[in-house]
Amino acid sequence: MSTNTNIISTQELSIGYHSKRITNTIASNLNLELTSGQLYSLVGANGVGKSTLLRTITGIQKPLQGSVFLHERNIHDIPTTAIAQELSLVLTEKLPSNNLTVYELIALGRQPYTNWLGQLSETDREKIKQAIALTQLEHLTNKKYYEISDGQLQIVLIARALAQDTPIIILDEPTTHLDLVHKVSVFKLLKKLSSETNKCILFSTHDIDLAIQLSDQMIVMTENQVHQDQPCNLITQGVFSSLFKDESIAFDGEKGKFIIS
Amino acid sequence: MLLTLLLNISMGQVAIPMKEVFKSLLGSQAEKETWEYIIMNFRLPKAIAAILVGMGLSVSGLLMQTFFRNPMAGPYVLGLSSGSSLGVAFVLLGAGFLPSFFSEFLLSSYGIILASCLGSLFVLLMILVVSQRLRDTMSILIVGLMFSSFTGAIVSVFSYFSSAEQLQKYTFWSMGSIGNLSWESIMILSVSVAFGLLLSLLTLKPLDALLLGENYAKSMGLNIKKARLLLILATSILAGSITAFAGPIAFVGLAVPHLSKLIFQTSSHRILFTGTLLIGAIIMLVCDTVSQMPGFEFTLPINAITSIIGAPVVVWLIVSKKSMS
Repeated sequence: MSTNTNIISTQELSIGYHSKRITNTIASNLNLELTSGQLYSLVGANGVGKSTLLRTITGIQKPLQGSVFLHERNIHDIPTTAIAQELSLVLTEKLPSNNLTVYELIALGRQPYTNWLGQLSETDREKIKQAIALTQLEHLTNKKYYEISDGQLQIVLIARALAQDTPIIILDEPTTHLDLVHKVSVFKLLKKLSSETNKCILFSTHDIDLAIQLSDQMIVMTENQVHQDQPCNLITQGVFSSLFKDESIAFDGEKGKFIIS
Repeated sequence: MLLTLLLNISMGQVAIPMKEVFKSLLGSQAEKETWEYIIMNFRLPKAIAAILVGMGLSVSGLLMQTFFRNPMAGPYVLGLSSGSSLGVAFVLLGAGFLPSFFSEFLLSSYGIILASCLGSLFVLLMILVVSQRLRDTMSILIVGLMFSSFTGAIVSVFSYFSSAEQLQKYTFWSMGSIGNLSWESIMILSVSVAFGLLLSLLTLKPLDALLLGENYAKSMGLNIKKARLLLILATSILAGSITAFAGPIAFVGLAVPHLSKLIFQTSSHRILFTGTLLIGAIIMLVCDTVSQMPGFEFTLPINAITSIIGAPVVVWLIVSKKSMS
């Protein structure tokens, strides 16, 4: 664990929106630390602000207060081209319709490195090949991206982020709309990537029981507080019981599961 | 493309044998002097204009289709050409209301290009504003359609107040023609098209990134504002300058990018750009050749031909839209 270095940290971070002169604070005083080689999951009820937190950490959205540091530099002082070589994203949004093949889609991850025409160099091809090998997508590379299943597409998008060759990958709900088999395979892939390539991977999810089993650390967002710790510690602290307001959902610490009463 | 170029030059009201076309293009004497005269002063400029128009409109269509994430986008459909028409109508029909020194400048080819580029830029900006509020493909098209009828209405108001001579000038312009262009106009047109195409070259990589949507493009280090500005400049220069000289030409900008996507089966804009250039030039040459079929005494307006070919393509696109998503 001594080789792991601190990559992203936040200091007294407040997130939220400005709208019509009313400041809508979602969470404040966040002091999070993300290190390399670790798999982080971000959980919380719908609307609690998971996406806002991810958008703020990735520098898409400005924090209300405090700052996000990437390699000890404030993320808003780093040019976007430099950020693109540090941090890659997998988003939930639907792709616009086009003719991209799986290979072309993954190759787009090399954009921060290619010349003004976007031509792939030998190194680029090598990185793309590695990304495809790590995600075991060799059999799909010539297919159009709309011909493959949702689960496969999710893995292709992860491969694109891998091709971008960044120390950090952030995924917004990568397992939504997938069946259990594909959920597990996406989670296992993320786990493998974080330990084998020493990347720092952060994803938001609603599959809390799976996340508890697989992630190194979890960030749990509730209305009043944000916790960051190892899953077993969070269980003993009883954090998960406060996750949902609904009285009929309770968390069973021994089984690591939510029970409907 | 060479073949269609030669075919285009050799066909017309006076048929000139291919061999002679070849000869006079290479600089040697043709059999008849009149043939050489026709080729050098009439056919060749027209063929070059066809190539420029075909390339420019098709490329601007390609850029817009990715930019607006809309397979139906194109300079004509989105009302860019009608924006240009409005600009030109202002100049051709409205010049009489202005002081004479001013109208003299406006009526020169530079003035018309400027007015036309500004017109298309105006419409493009309006559509950009609207498209950021409406994510829906169909509504953007409807807005484009509304712009067309709006500019059409303004043009009719203008024409009501203008003289018969001015009106005739405008009507001929609006039918679209790539003939009757002097070598000087060809020079101006090629410079502006070349400039527009060069600008488009710079947008190819951003466009590739935009295939995944704006958020992904940003995450890959793309400066969206800069890319957007480049795209807007390139398309309005291309559509504006071409419309200034050749009139509003329908459907080429919409249909050609789709043909090249169909033929090359890729989304890489580097390949599509080249493909679109080639196919655009070929299609325009063919359309022009058809518009002055040998054996007829008259020349059909080029706009009619491109619409006859282009409109079915649009219908086919809508019907087969399922396969696009």
